[in-house]
Amino acid sequence: MSMDAIYLDGISLLGPGLPDWEEAVAILCGDKPAELAPVTVTAPALLPATERRRAGTSIKLSMAVGLAAAEAAGIDPGGLANVFTSSGGDCENCHHLLDALASSERMISPTRFHNSVHNAAAGYWSIATHCEAASTSLSAYDASFGAGLIEAAGQVLTSGAPCLLIAFDTAYPEPLFALRPVPFPFGVGLVLSPTRGAHSMATLGLSLTRDPADTLSEPPLEQLRREIPTARALPLLQRLAGGGAGRVVLDYLDDTRLAIEVGG
Amino acid sequence: MLALRLSAYTLTSALGAGLAPHADALRRQRGGIVRKQWETIDFAFCMGEVAGLDATAIRSDLARFDCRNNRLAQYALEQDGFAERVREAVGRYGPDRVAVLLGSSTSGILSSEIAYRHRDPASGRLPGDHRYRETHNAYSVADFVRHYFDLAGPACVISTACSSSAKVFGAAERLIALGLVDAAIVGGVDSLCLTTVYGFSSLQLVSPNPCRPFDADRDGISIGEGAAYALLERPHDARPGSILLTGVGETSDAYHMSSPHPEGLGARAAMTAALQCAGLTAGDIDYINLHGTATPSNDAAEDAAVSAVFGTRLPCSSTKGHTGHTLGAAGGIEAILCAIVLDGGFLPGGVGTEHLDPRLKSHYLLATEERPLRHVLSNSFGFGGSNCSLIFSREAA
Repeated sequence: MSMDAIYLDGISLLGPGLPDWEEAVAILCGDKPAELAPVTVTAPALLPATERRRAGTSIKLSMAVGLAAAEAAGIDPGGLANVFTSSGGDCENCHHLLDALASSERMISPTRFHNSVHNAAAGYWSIATHCEAASTSLSAYDASFGAGLIEAAGQVLTSGAPCLLIAFDTAYPEPLFALRPVPFPFGVGLVLSPTRGAHSMATLGLSLTRDPADTLSEPPLEQLRREIPTARALPLLQRLAGGGAGRVVLDYLDDTRLAIEVGG
Repeated sequence: MLALRLSAYTLTSALGAGLAPHADALRRQRGGIVRKQWETIDFAFCMGEVAGLDATAIRSDLARFDCRNNRLAQYALEQDGFAERVREAVGRYGPDRVAVLLGSSTSGILSSEIAYRHRDPASGRLPGDHRYRETHNAYSVADFVRHYFDLAGPACVISTACSSSAKVFGAAERLIALGLVDAAIVGGVDSLCLTTVYGFSSLQLVSPNPCRPFDADRDGISIGEGAAYALLERPHDARPGSILLTGVGETSDAYHMSSPHPEGLGARAAMTAALQCAGLTAGDIDYINLHGTATPSNDAAEDAAVSAVFGTRLPCSSTKGHTGHTLGAAGGIEAILCAIVLDGGFLPGGVGTEHLDPRLKSHYLLATEERPLRHVLSNSFGFGGSNCSLIFSREAA
């Protein structure tokens, strides 16, 4: 069973060697070689000074892709319902808490604690953008991108209003890195809308399938797809970068995969 | 929105396992919060602990998921015939047509807390038997439940702190309304861990006594643990007395990471949105199950929001004094408590509250009242300014 098609009005991407959507288009289309360079994420000026000091990579990354997607869609993020999806949220903060709880002192800072909630990035986003709309934060381990896209599409179709999807992953430091080796920070932002607008780039129709997931022929990109949950989106991003219509299959849960019919 | 039937439901908390002990505790105003030492925590505190989890065995084929949180998840699933009702639904619809959407704030992080204490002194490595994916990761509890029933439909964990397992009801409604699935297992599971005990203590939000929602002397939360589930389906087979989800309202405070807006503006907007979604007015609601955590600022903000939307005469109470604050499971637990009071026809009086705060205007119930109910509202608010209000209704005769 397919969900009704929705419109993609804005897109953003930040990952290794993929500093923004414009550069990513050339790489995804094969016009420029993919090189996995380290990712630089800066704190957006929008974040109040106190919050900027407290913000780790996950908050800066999610905010950067959220703002870029909203800008691409020509829409004020302050009024946009949003869905945040991430396998592990702020992994660095989580490590510091676990480390402190394993010490003899067990002193943890209130800021570390409130930053430990999975919706911390969404909380900072709402404060920075003054957004009082519905906001959800979710995880589905490796299937987090697919789960977020389904939830955001559901929001769009039932509310009749646009929705911003922010998908991001960051790495744990060791020792958890050994059990969850996310090699680079990676973020994707999509503005989805129920109706065609001036910025609409494509339509997306979602359904579940048992078909195998699409892969990428360029080894560095395929490596990202396999190793970072948010990068499971890359076959869709490649199709959108090329501007072509057709069906894309993304990895989702176990043998359940997400088929996306991309239209013009 | 599409009204959905709660065709089966159950819950487990400090009050006991299953619906019967909860109905009894609500009617008799019995609480489950006790003061004790727990795990390696170096001070005694008042908590709502689920008895017997250490002795619960995870089903052997799912041993890789073994941790306190998934033990609680399994123990709660097996009460009230809930698992059988899920299997019947899977038989009717097929394994790819049933979603698993659960709320949790910390999932099984306790397993990593323990593993960090056992890191190799030389290499810093975690013990070889530590399973991050199946225990600590936020999604682990939904992954466990999905495997428990061999499902192949959509699944995720919503983790928005203390509103988590209220918000899953909205997510399920969207998936069913759009036809992606025919049924959804929703609910919440959250278990005791060091992160929340030391974390809320660092914010000075933990009461030294069993919590006292809306009391003049309230001084913080009592941390609890629990699990609740509902099986949501389209209301084809709804009969008089069936319990329905009829409204969902979700908003953000956009104010502060760990304090509510002082006038409860986001909470007010969530309740108003839920009413609008249900096609009801404030006068249609018979009872509110408050978020009512018993911190001074949370209760004051919620009181301002409730009285602004509903006036000062609508009966309301918090059941945090019964169960403790079960954090990511609270929305789910209080949803099922709403189903219990709709089914039983009574308004539950609070536990732990002795002297109502005269500065609060809402009609907080100190004693249980027997009365048939039609529509009730449940509030859940979390860190990050995440607000969710749900409306449940009893199908009229």
